[in-house]
Amino acid sequence: MAGAGTAGLKDATAVVGIGQTAFARRLPESEKALACRAVLAALDDAGISPAEVDALASYTMEETDEVEVAKAVGFGDLSFFSRVGFGGGGSCATLAHLAGAVVTGQATVGVAWRSRKRGSGPRPWTDTAVQLPTPAQWTRPFGLLRPADEIAMLTRRYLHEYGATRDHLFNVALACRNRANQNPAAMMYERPLTRDMYMTSRWISEPLCLFDNCLETDGALACVVVSAERARDCRRRPVYVHSAAQGLPAQHHGMVNYWNDDPLTGPAWTAARHLWKHADFTPEDVDVAQIYDAFTPLVPLSLEGYGFCGRGEGGAFTEGGALEIGGRLPLNTGGGGLSEAYVHGFNLITEGVRQLRGTSTAQVPGAATCLVTAGEGVPTSALLLRN
Amino acid sequence: MLTPVVDDDGALFWEYAARGELRVQACAEAACGELRFPPRPCCPHCHSFAGEWRRMSGRGRIWSYVFPHPPLLPEYAAQAPYNVIVVELAEAPLIRLVGNLVSGPGAPLNSVAPERLRIGARVQVVFPQDGDGAEAVRLPRWVLERP
Repeated sequence: MAGAGTAGLKDATAVVGIGQTAFARRLPESEKALACRAVLAALDDAGISPAEVDALASYTMEETDEVEVAKAVGFGDLSFFSRVGFGGGGSCATLAHLAGAVVTGQATVGVAWRSRKRGSGPRPWTDTAVQLPTPAQWTRPFGLLRPADEIAMLTRRYLHEYGATRDHLFNVALACRNRANQNPAAMMYERPLTRDMYMTSRWISEPLCLFDNCLETDGALACVVVSAERARDCRRRPVYVHSAAQGLPAQHHGMVNYWNDDPLTGPAWTAARHLWKHADFTPEDVDVAQIYDAFTPLVPLSLEGYGFCGRGEGGAFTEGGALEIGGRLPLNTGGGGLSEAYVHGFNLITEGVRQLRGTSTAQVPGAATCLVTAGEGVPTSALLLRN
Repeated sequence: MLTPVVDDDGALFWEYAARGELRVQACAEAACGELRFPPRPCCPHCHSFAGEWRRMSGRGRIWSYVFPHPPLLPEYAAQAPYNVIVVELAEAPLIRLVGNLVSGPGAPLNSVAPERLRIGARVQVVFPQDGDGAEAVRLPRWVLERP
């Protein structure tokens, strides 16, 4: 029974529709057009008319806004619309905000979407005209130009402090690639990865090589959130939002997290505290995880932050096939940002929904619980989904 | 090469750097006095808006480092692979500055062999001298204490 307050969020709403475009290095249509296609596909999947939509949620570093989507696809009057900051940290928060809106009676049918042509469009770090003074003035003039450089700096310190190795990072890359090799929608569907390929590939920002970096993708996705009661009337098996959290730690600095007491902890730790506080189960009960993978090291960091292992144990956790199907924690079962598509983590949400519907291309038998995270290293968000 | 996009909080850091001085912002309240970096309008500990700029010894240790490879902005690509380091200051190890390890003031970003870099290596800040290139803003860089 839904009610106001944080306890009222638990299982009170469900994802009832998901939709997406193709994923490719280059798609011909505009981001706006792709957004419309994904949104309409999600609503069709839900069996809900666009005219019934009264809530929207999206996140920043996106060109398409609420007005454009609404007038193109023909939404009704909107009574809730939210835009979450910090790009890839906001993916899961879109569902959290929609769930909150539905539970508190601000809306009844919510749509969250992401549309980006990051594959065919310019790399944001090449724009020298528009840079925020902070933290850029402390990093970019010295040649720390890209997120890959910023995360690589933390990665080397991580490897040093914990004795983790490139093989631990490779384990992450391999698991995502193996799942992509099972997923016809994945950009890397027909491109297997070997250890030799990984260890001999070119550096992007040493210690991160090519395969430690996510794809560059054109694509769009969307999902539909309604109350648990309404979900019973939709055509797909409901996937409930069991718990949701955002996280911005004290003295956080974004990806250039070099300036606080404990740089190897980040937003995942903060989001996790709230996420688990309001959940009926624990990390041990999670059947499958969709963990934001812009870079391979974000996965061991997230494993630590979300409580699957202790500090510094994230690398060792990946050993012995733990992240593969049949392992302790199957990871990014559609291929993730590393091998399916990089659309700032939204495809992790849709894959989580598929797992709990039983329709994944790499189905974890009997999957009942799924953790989905947004980006570690930036103000972040996370979801626990269940069926 | 990129020059810092300076804001109100950072302006004095760069003014002191132009004079060859490494200074870090600190709370000016006698009862607090906490250093903070990056600079900001007020003290997160005691909330005072009174700040000062404290001169540092210029000594530190490498906390971490990376070697960027292309694709990069053109002037950086020309020096790639180069190093970028994070230095923890000797007298305040929680104060860390991003910089580059170079062979001397005005030397290029790739002037130190990669194998010379290690976490924990002791470094000393250097500032470019007059005539060391066309930098409109003087960037602090670092040299190994034991070259």
